[in-house]
Amino acid sequence: MNQQTQKRLLGIASLAVVAIIWQIIAEYVVGRSFILPSVTDVAGAFANLLGSGTLLADTLVSLEHFGIGLIAAFLLGVPIGILMGWFRIGDYLLDPIIEILRPIPPLAWIPFAIIWFGLTTQAAGFVIFAGAFFPILTATYSGFRDVPKVFVEAGKVLGCDTSLELIRYVALPAAIPGIASGIRIAMGVGWMCLVAAEMFGVSNYGLGYQLWHNYYLHQMPNVVVYMLILGLTGLIIDRIFRNYVERQLLRWRAGEVA
Amino acid sequence: MSGVTIRNLGKAFPKEDGTMTQALEGVNLDIRDEEFICLVGPSGCGKTTLLRIIAGLETATTGSVIVDGRAVTGPDPKRGMVFQEYSLFPWRRVVDNVAFGLEMRGVGKEERRKTADHYIEMVGLSQFRDAYPYELSGGMRQRVAIARALANDPDVLLMDEPFGALDAQTRNRMQKELLSLWEKTKKTIVFVTHSVDEAVYLSDRIVVLAPRPGTVRESITIPWPRPRDRTSAEFAEVRRRVLRMIDESESAQ
Ligand SMILES: Nc1ncnc2c1ncn2[C@@H]1O[C@H](COP(=O)(O)OP(=O)(O)O)[C@@H](O)[C@H]1O
Ligand SMILES: [Mg+2]
Repeated sequence: MNQQTQKRLLGIASLAVVAIIWQIIAEYVVGRSFILPSVTDVAGAFANLLGSGTLLADTLVSLEHFGIGLIAAFLLGVPIGILMGWFRIGDYLLDPIIEILRPIPPLAWIPFAIIWFGLTTQAAGFVIFAGAFFPILTATYSGFRDVPKVFVEAGKVLGCDTSLELIRYVALPAAIPGIASGIRIAMGVGWMCLVAAEMFGVSNYGLGYQLWHNYYLHQMPNVVVYMLILGLTGLIIDRIFRNYVERQLLRWRAGEVA
Repeated sequence: MSGVTIRNLGKAFPKEDGTMTQALEGVNLDIRDEEFICLVGPSGCGKTTLLRIIAGLETATTGSVIVDGRAVTGPDPKRGMVFQEYSLFPWRRVVDNVAFGLEMRGVGKEERRKTADHYIEMVGLSQFRDAYPYELSGGMRQRVAIARALANDPDVLLMDEPFGALDAQTRNRMQKELLSLWEKTKKTIVFVTHSVDEAVYLSDRIVVLAPRPGTVRESITIPWPRPRDRTSAEFAEVRRRVLRMIDESESAQ
């Protein structure tokens, strides 16, 4: 048996054991689905939700919130990170502002997200943006700070005569691995913010909203379904991104990244 | 005509404590067109600084560097540089590294790849044109770096201990290859090395620098044809002379 199959089989076995123990405890020790839904309760709830069609719709809404927040964080975080990492004046000007805003927990923006945007997709997106922006900014900043001097000088000697050319042809490619890990961290933070934002009523749809709504309805098996889907979707997003980065952006790196 | 004229060149670096390090002072040097010059001298005597000023990567405190009738004010593709450490862009394949300078000049993709291929062939790496730098050995990387500098068709090629990190065998082979490239392309070459043997083997003229502050101590013309025999008596004699000079200037401190 090769190592890969062994790993798979053992993984499946360990999941199966956990499911069995969970089922036994839920059914014979706890005995109340409200406190600990059993595996079969959850499976039934999943089948129901799947049948009602809301599951897919809520997942798509959550992905939309997530996408808006992350794209906004990328579109602002990368350019501001470049300004601060490459130009000393940019660093001096922007650093105090960033240092004041950065420690504010992203969820503290929820009240203003609602006041500014109402209960819209943008409001949820804004909270995710607040969480994802700083990891991307910081990673871009350090990426540009740490560009090896010899690359910059090689660029100059070979004919890059403007800052724009040096950024585009030398610093940005050199900083891509750092920026990619920043985005990956930002996606993790953003996903957490997503649940909180939707739970706190920024939106009337989405996985986080449904999780909270079902808690109010005391539908705990449904809550578990949403928890598992949140976890799984987060995992899938991370895997897709990592594969993309490694295949498309970092072919030139011998080692693994992000 | 692309000689280099260095007049009364001085360079001081500010130190932490507010005083200055005088890295170079009163350096005068005339390098002829198509001449192969080696700069040698004890560590810290200003070889790298002098080369970087010629490249335009560092500005002189006093004096001037004139290349091809024009004062050097900043980096220019007409003065190619091969760095001591690996400077290939790791995200570009060999061919796109070599084509980088042409790309900056706005040469079209077809044409710049053709030119790049020509120089890649010249350094004997055609079968690696699509490789990434991490796939190459140290010697191959420096060959690509040389091809990348040559692809800009510079008047002067500046090289800072380019073979310093290579093993002895690779180093000897690279020296031979560099001489044949120089004969083919007829560039003016300023080559920094700490190996006197390398200097005697390669250059038309060895310029010995003395430290603190860095100045030109001696200029030794080597008129012999190439390839040169490292084991000959005259080779050993010149090597001994240069080594003694370096020793003296070091112990004079
Ligand atoms: N960027 C710099 N800042 C301060 N001092 C420097 C700098 N570069 C070189 N020096 C100093 O100038 C002197 C000459 O250095 P360098 O040109 O590197 O010598 P070499 O290449 O001959 O070993 C040394 O004393 C070194 O410490
Ligand atoms: Mg040096």
